[in-house]
Amino acid sequence: MRTAFIEGLLEEARARSDIMLLTADLGFSVLERFRDALPGQYLNVGVAEQNMMGVAAGLADVGKTVFTYSIANFPTLRCLEQIRNDVCYHGYPVRVVAVGGGFTYASQGYTHHGVEDIGVMRTLPGMVVIAPGDPMEAACATKALCTLPGPAYLRLGKAGEPKVHAGPIDFAIGRALEVRPGSDVALVSTGGMLVHAMETAEALAREGVSARVLSMHTVKPLDAEAIRRALAETRAVITVEEHNVASGLGAAVAQVVAAHAGPRAAFRMYGLPDEPYARVGGQAYMRELMGDLRKVAHEALAAR
Amino acid sequence: MPDIERTQARARRIREHTLRMVHRANASHVGTGLSMTDILAVLYDGVAKVDPARPRAPERDRVILSKGHGAAAFYAALAEAGFFEPARLDTFCADGSQLAGHVSHHVPGVDFSTGSLGHGLSLGCGVALGFKRDGRPGRAFVILSDGECDEGSTWEAALFAPHHGLDNLVAIVDYNKIQSFGTVKEVLDLEPFAAKWEAFNWHVQSIDGHDHSAIAAAFAGLPRAKGRPSMIIAHTVKGRGVSFMEDKLLWHYRSPSPEQLEAAVAEVRRGKP
Repeated sequence: MRTAFIEGLLEEARARSDIMLLTADLGFSVLERFRDALPGQYLNVGVAEQNMMGVAAGLADVGKTVFTYSIANFPTLRCLEQIRNDVCYHGYPVRVVAVGGGFTYASQGYTHHGVEDIGVMRTLPGMVVIAPGDPMEAACATKALCTLPGPAYLRLGKAGEPKVHAGPIDFAIGRALEVRPGSDVALVSTGGMLVHAMETAEALAREGVSARVLSMHTVKPLDAEAIRRALAETRAVITVEEHNVASGLGAAVAQVVAAHAGPRAAFRMYGLPDEPYARVGGQAYMRELMGDLRKVAHEALAAR
Repeated sequence: MPDIERTQARARRIREHTLRMVHRANASHVGTGLSMTDILAVLYDGVAKVDPARPRAPERDRVILSKGHGAAAFYAALAEAGFFEPARLDTFCADGSQLAGHVSHHVPGVDFSTGSLGHGLSLGCGVALGFKRDGRPGRAFVILSDGECDEGSTWEAALFAPHHGLDNLVAIVDYNKIQSFGTVKEVLDLEPFAAKWEAFNWHVQSIDGHDHSAIAAAFAGLPRAKGRPSMIIAHTVKGRGVSFMEDKLLWHYRSPSPEQLEAAVAEVRRGKP
């Protein structure tokens, strides 16, 4: 996804001299191509995320569209107040980009587990929150973010994620993509968990369960209509995220579920509980902490 | 070059507005407003290239009050500079008003909202960098408090500006020596202060922040050192101009009573010799 991001951004920035890319000293083997091609639109501010965000706001005030780049929690939590006050309050076109969302850097330890970022970012006024499901979505989101007027957060995985979408997609910020049709259960996924949602849907199909898969790449503004359809048309709606369910996609969808009138599907949130993990391991190992999505689907269907 | 008689008359009016605003709103931070009044009076006398008729003109200099709690005096300075009618100052902190107790960009002439310390210098760096990258003439003036030099983010920006040659950035520290809960010396000493900025490769001037000629001289001919940002350390007195408020921590919080207001206004109208 990060490759799709930087290639997409470079293409847009070649045609738009107002686009700038700032990094807080991260991006080895990713950002060099942008730096070398457009040095006047690039800056490494050093290991100083608070300053990066203030500088981004100042640049935006004099007409720039600014992408800030770092990994895990550094571009969000470390400078949260600068994002809130300097960027969001002024409505500046600053795009906070985090590589390594979720358990991408699982083995690196707790500091590098980005599992509250979506929740924190979606509480900020006017902040658009996007977690693409595959490289194609990442490329489309990057392009769309170049023309969005206000602030945004783009949560990416790493490099080399599998492609989920075979052909071109009709991507729009705030509109879920139905990646697979289905009528028994709806798996509503955000970010890189889309692959896992698709694999689970395959496994469920072999068991005679028809699973719809939605890529909810935009957590805010949420496509509430797609959720309402799933609640009405299936028997179980399950949010799927590599993130704390208390504040992430699960919480966002729960607000739609709570307001839903009439009969509806069962609702479950698949993700991380509200507690820190001291153990480390690979991304797949860490994902096992969230349980078995296929079992969650069966349990939810049995409840209806 | 600013006209000193005019700036002094303006400073007297800014002080009177500030006292009345804080009294009416029963607000805090009168001392911090009075300590930077003279800097504002000179800055808005033709130093900062701003036009009250076109408050959002893209090429204007940006003025960033990083010490956002100095809002009353800042709004008063903007009203006196013609950005809006001084009558609007009466709404300071009132229900439905845009004149928040910490500066708001919804008020004409305010470029950035602030209020949490340690944000302004980075904003100024971004403005200055953007102008430089585009080859545009604009500058950024950032007014800091001494207290916010405790914030690490201030020093992130302090490191950044000279490294990137931002000589279109001018920082002014209102060094009144009293921070939120004690004197700077007691709480977290900044000295040797000028030497710190010099070591960070800024061009540093230390001046009497109440001497209008000295303030005007410090602003003249910037940048003094090509490729380096300018730091003006303005030695000031908290509560300046009102004898019973001067150099008192209490007036970071207290709002003057009707009797105190009357006495204070009489003093600032006379002006300090």
